[in-house]
Amino acid sequence: MSTQRRRFFARALGTAGALVLAGCDKLSRTDWFPKVLNVAEPVNNSIAKTVARMAMAEEFPESALSPSFRSNGTSDPGTDAYVALAQGQFATYKLVVDGLVENPLALTLADVRALPSREQITRHDCVEGWSAIARWKGARLSAILAAAKPKANARYVVFHCADPMNEDGTGFYYESIDFEDAYHEQTILAYDLNRAPLPIANGAPLRLRVERQLGYKQAKYLLRLELVESFAHIEGGNGGYWEDNGYQWFAGI
Amino acid sequence: MPMDPTLPQPVVPASPAVPDAPLQREDARPVPGGYTYRRHALPVRVFHWINVVALTILLMSGLNIFNAHPAMYWGSSSYSGRPPLLMMTAVEAPDGTARGVTRIFGHQFDTTGVFGLSTVYGELTARGFPSWLTIPDGNWLAMARSWHFFFAWILVLNGLAYVGYAAWSRHIARDLAPTRADWRGIGASIVDHLKFRHPKGEAATRYNVLQKLAYLVVIFVLLPLMILMGLGLSPWANAVWPGWVDLFGGRQAARTIHFVCAWLIVLFVCIHVFEVIITGVWNNVRSMITGRYRVDRDVPAEVQS
Repeated sequence: MSTQRRRFFARALGTAGALVLAGCDKLSRTDWFPKVLNVAEPVNNSIAKTVARMAMAEEFPESALSPSFRSNGTSDPGTDAYVALAQGQFATYKLVVDGLVENPLALTLADVRALPSREQITRHDCVEGWSAIARWKGARLSAILAAAKPKANARYVVFHCADPMNEDGTGFYYESIDFEDAYHEQTILAYDLNRAPLPIANGAPLRLRVERQLGYKQAKYLLRLELVESFAHIEGGNGGYWEDNGYQWFAGI
Repeated sequence: MPMDPTLPQPVVPASPAVPDAPLQREDARPVPGGYTYRRHALPVRVFHWINVVALTILLMSGLNIFNAHPAMYWGSSSYSGRPPLLMMTAVEAPDGTARGVTRIFGHQFDTTGVFGLSTVYGELTARGFPSWLTIPDGNWLAMARSWHFFFAWILVLNGLAYVGYAAWSRHIARDLAPTRADWRGIGASIVDHLKFRHPKGEAATRYNVLQKLAYLVVIFVLLPLMILMGLGLSPWANAVWPGWVDLFGGRQAARTIHFVCAWLIVLFVCIHVFEVIITGVWNNVRSMITGRYRVDRDVPAEVQS
């Protein structure tokens, strides 16, 4: 092939490549295309639930503990209400459990610590790609649900948090999981991290641990658990703060 | 009527350098100076081009995902007290300018403009891989994951369909499995490749032994390992058989293996495209589009393998 032809084809290929890439970026910004891409999510969710419905996340020996457990996302909610709670060592803290329950609850930290608990050394996998290993101890969510008595039509637990995600102090973090995850043996509301009370940087006084999903599901600074049939009416309607920002609700991948 | 042997005999055309045997192929079609035949079956061509699209998007969306935490580790955790194997980062140089730095196995390189620090929409931005290598172009983890997990399914379904078809049609046994003669000729084939000397004529209608091995390694080792290590990153897939990912060194090791496999596939594609170009780009590309590959008849015998 002549040099001229070669140069022409190299340039044509380069231009075509650039056009395709620009096309991909344009598609990403449409309303419809991400919906097409996300047809994979319910497929992944149902396969995960079918092949490993109640499988246990790996637990590690003490020797595997990370030297320190990284704080990511909010490291201090900083609102007046939260600062007041923290200054009082969370003595006035109440975890509200309401929504589709027969028996709404308002639990103090002492109440939560008195519930059946579980301690586990697990690996935290962030959606960004990093992992860290820590020891968590907390109340089993199944015990809290048993006390609250979910109504027959309840399908999800929504976790409302104390940390605002917008600069102006609005848009509180929230997350949701289904009942299969809520009743899973390793699903706990953790109050201890590495055998010390959960630090503010990691979600004091309570954070969710749902061990077969990514870090953004592990909601920190829990204030209220709301049982719902659907989360379509809550915030952006996608079941969580990051879900409202385009992340998958099923965070098992 | 019997021919009179005393009359002059009709002129018999001189026999071609390559015997007529190839024209006995059912699918051979004579063209001036040679013939064409159907090299690639339609399903293989379709699988091939779907694979090109899927692997390209998977690589580029994968690099965007990497950019969310541009470092690679071995073991289960990223925070083990040991430094990362690979890290791309932006640092401030003594003169106050920002530099992109790549650290690999403890060696540090200034990679400003490409790795660690590059221009996105006209602005110098701290990021692992540059925007022209990622989908989407800017840092957008959620969207990159959507692309990645959709095309992961395309890759897997396309790959399964290919392997199923290739086994059923005997494409693997007929075209990809090295023969005894192939194994014996492996040394010669290596020398031929290093000298950019390639089979021509009839010999070019068969894959050479290195080509067969390269395809087999990519199809049955690299791609499955890369897919498995991708699953190793899923905390849910980890739970299916707790601890399985530790057989590969742990989740962060799986992430590193996933990354290395991706680049080995890129290396394969580079060599593949190089060989396509030097062995006749049009003939090769046409054979992967229309299926038909041209074989020249008048080929000196010594360049045939």
